[in-house]
Amino acid sequence: MLSRTANHLYWMARYIERAETTARLLEVGGRNALMPDIGGGFRNDWEAILQANGTLEMFNDKYSETVQRNIETFLFFDADNPSSVLSCINMARENARVVRTALTSSVWDAINGAYQELKQFQRTERSKVELTDLTEWTLRATALIRGCIETTQLRNDGYHFMGTGFGIERGDNTSRMLDVKYYVLLPSLSYVGSGLDQSQWVTLLRSMSAYRAFNWTYPGELSAAKIADFLILNRMFPRSLLSAVYQTCDHLDHLGRGYGGTTPAQTKVREILAELAEASVEDIFEEGLHEFLIRFMRRNGELAFTVQESYLQGMPR
Amino acid sequence: MTGRDDLVFNEMLNGAEVRAAYQSLERWHKSMPDDLRSLKQSEAENLFKRVGITFAVYGEGGDPERLIPFDMFPRVFTDTEWRKLDRGIRQRAAALNAFLADVYDRGEIIKAGRIPEHLITRNAAFEKAAIGFRPPRSVYSHIVGIDLVRTGTDQFYVLEDNCRTPSGVSYMLQNREIMMRMFPQLFVENRIAPVDGYARLLKKTLASVAPEKCDSEPTVVILTPGQFNSAYYEHSFLADLMGVELVEGQDLFVEGDFVWMKTTEGPRKVDVIYRRLDDDFIDPLCFRPDSMLGVPGLMSVYRSGGVNICSCPGAGVADDKAIYTYVPEMIRFYLGEAPILENVPTWQCAKQDDYKYVMEHLPELVVKEVHGSGGYGMLVGPAADKSTIELFRQKIVENPGNYIAQPTLSLSACPTFVDAGIAPRHVDLRPYCLVGETIELVPGGLTRVALTEGSLVVNSSQGGGVKDTWVLAE
Repeated sequence: MLSRTANHLYWMARYIERAETTARLLEVGGRNALMPDIGGGFRNDWEAILQANGTLEMFNDKYSETVQRNIETFLFFDADNPSSVLSCINMARENARVVRTALTSSVWDAINGAYQELKQFQRTERSKVELTDLTEWTLRATALIRGCIETTQLRNDGYHFMGTGFGIERGDNTSRMLDVKYYVLLPSLSYVGSGLDQSQWVTLLRSMSAYRAFNWTYPGELSAAKIADFLILNRMFPRSLLSAVYQTCDHLDHLGRGYGGTTPAQTKVREILAELAEASVEDIFEEGLHEFLIRFMRRNGELAFTVQESYLQGMPR
Repeated sequence: MTGRDDLVFNEMLNGAEVRAAYQSLERWHKSMPDDLRSLKQSEAENLFKRVGITFAVYGEGGDPERLIPFDMFPRVFTDTEWRKLDRGIRQRAAALNAFLADVYDRGEIIKAGRIPEHLITRNAAFEKAAIGFRPPRSVYSHIVGIDLVRTGTDQFYVLEDNCRTPSGVSYMLQNREIMMRMFPQLFVENRIAPVDGYARLLKKTLASVAPEKCDSEPTVVILTPGQFNSAYYEHSFLADLMGVELVEGQDLFVEGDFVWMKTTEGPRKVDVIYRRLDDDFIDPLCFRPDSMLGVPGLMSVYRSGGVNICSCPGAGVADDKAIYTYVPEMIRFYLGEAPILENVPTWQCAKQDDYKYVMEHLPELVVKEVHGSGGYGMLVGPAADKSTIELFRQKIVENPGNYIAQPTLSLSACPTFVDAGIAPRHVDLRPYCLVGETIELVPGGLTRVALTEGSLVVNSSQGGGVKDTWVLAE
């Protein structure tokens, strides 16, 4: 397959995953905003969302107030914000459009349909659109695209490049979502156990569509350790870091087998996987949740770079 | 634009009678209630939009991705009508290729005094880098689009030839798909020759002109300028139907004696490039050094027989409007046959006598730029006001060699859906002839229709639409 085609498929997947994450972040923020303020010394919850999204500075340059309406506009509709749902869907569709030949018509329909509907959304009067409309629409649209990929795409190299993109982006995004907690609750675990903290953890679980799953998996009292274990180390939860890395590893292995040879990408992903598989929640809290997450994001980024070099530039190896 | 409806040939009618070929359509449109019609019309538009069949217009504001208006009323040719067109088109495609093989070799037609030398050697499309090199099977133009108009029951004229990379074939294919999906009953009632073999024939044609150096199954690719090109949809559509890679210049590179594409498994050799890119852009080392779209070194690989480029660089010299006049002469010279399809009589402003005639009859004529395309830079005398005519007079005085003139033909009209039912609208036809080891032509083509009442300009850039084109099997 053309390296450029693989590159577009990979990025298409990353943008779809990212659109979903931005919508989930928006949902966390919206719900957190319904909680009473935890009071002096701590930042505005919305700022934490932007911080995790990596767009706080850009937001401050453009908008004067961190009020919900502005955040909604910024995270959902703003074409200047590269992580907004609109930008991600547009970019996913641009990538898909270029490689139409590598997608089934139902996948293209789903992506193009999302793009057309989003344009419709833009024309709708804002007072008639609730935050939950926006987030639910995004989750539905991305689920449809994913479903079409799963049910119709040939399991060829293109499929595995998409899978690699989804896996790498998901690892990055879950760690960012988790990191929101760090910004909301400086410095670390001193607030764990308070009523407010619990509800924020719960909101995080909800936004990852994982609240009930969590309760089924971990009986007894809610604790930071259990939640961190679930979101980072639990193989059963599809958005956990370990699951994301397993997924990436699986797709890269398929590519290696299909092409009859491995690249530094397979080595890199195994290193990350080995460490996560060995880790315990105690180790993570010892290192500091934030520090651990930052380190993970950096290594995940290095993996992305290696994938790019190994497969997506088309040079002899 | 003749302003005389009685002079326009209506393809559906024979006097007041509906012709046999159109009778089923006559019943069909008469029995279709208005609300069903508008429902079907919006269904068609949605299909086009969802499949993403758009053409891009950049730099004019508004949505850059636009739909070409689709008219649901099909245009019909009988088997007898088509057989004549078929022979005429194949003949023309063969002659144009013979001409190209000659002018880049010994130039016999010039030596024989049949075509003035300066029209060829001083032509901007004449490619010096192509002299003395013979492409596989001596074919230069592999996809020949021949634009035809009709003025009477048995009267067709060739309006122009397109030897480089004629576009629009995706509409021919999709218009048919959409009609079959929306009105299956019509296809049960009429025996309509299928066009969906086109992609297979195109691939066969391209593979048949692989260079001699290629000793296994040839790797064919389509080279596109990229997603911002107005015909990008078509490029990706054809690549998909043929099952070949759609590449951009950045995906290809030259190393050793071959062209390679960058793949996830490393470089892979390319044998045939169906380029949808103008000559000027294909190789910055040979042509425009500022081109970011092409492949540096491509021409030298081509000339050493490492890769074939379709159409071959320099093929454009055969479809120039000044050369057009001589195509009947080419047919006699190379094939020793009488031309089956006629040219529109053409005056060349560069010639003294023609110039005089044109200047005296400007308000009756259609004037075109020799190198223009897409209906731009064109004067339709009878439809133009005085100041436009004077403007063109001035332009012709300044640079006579840049203009040709033709009589205003009374283009045939086809029934077309309008607000108040159906009405005749002017149409033309572009069939796509494939030239490789064999000459192939699917029964059909792209019918373009001028949707504005009285208008003769069918170009999509100027408000034209498209129709499905039927050839009835015997």
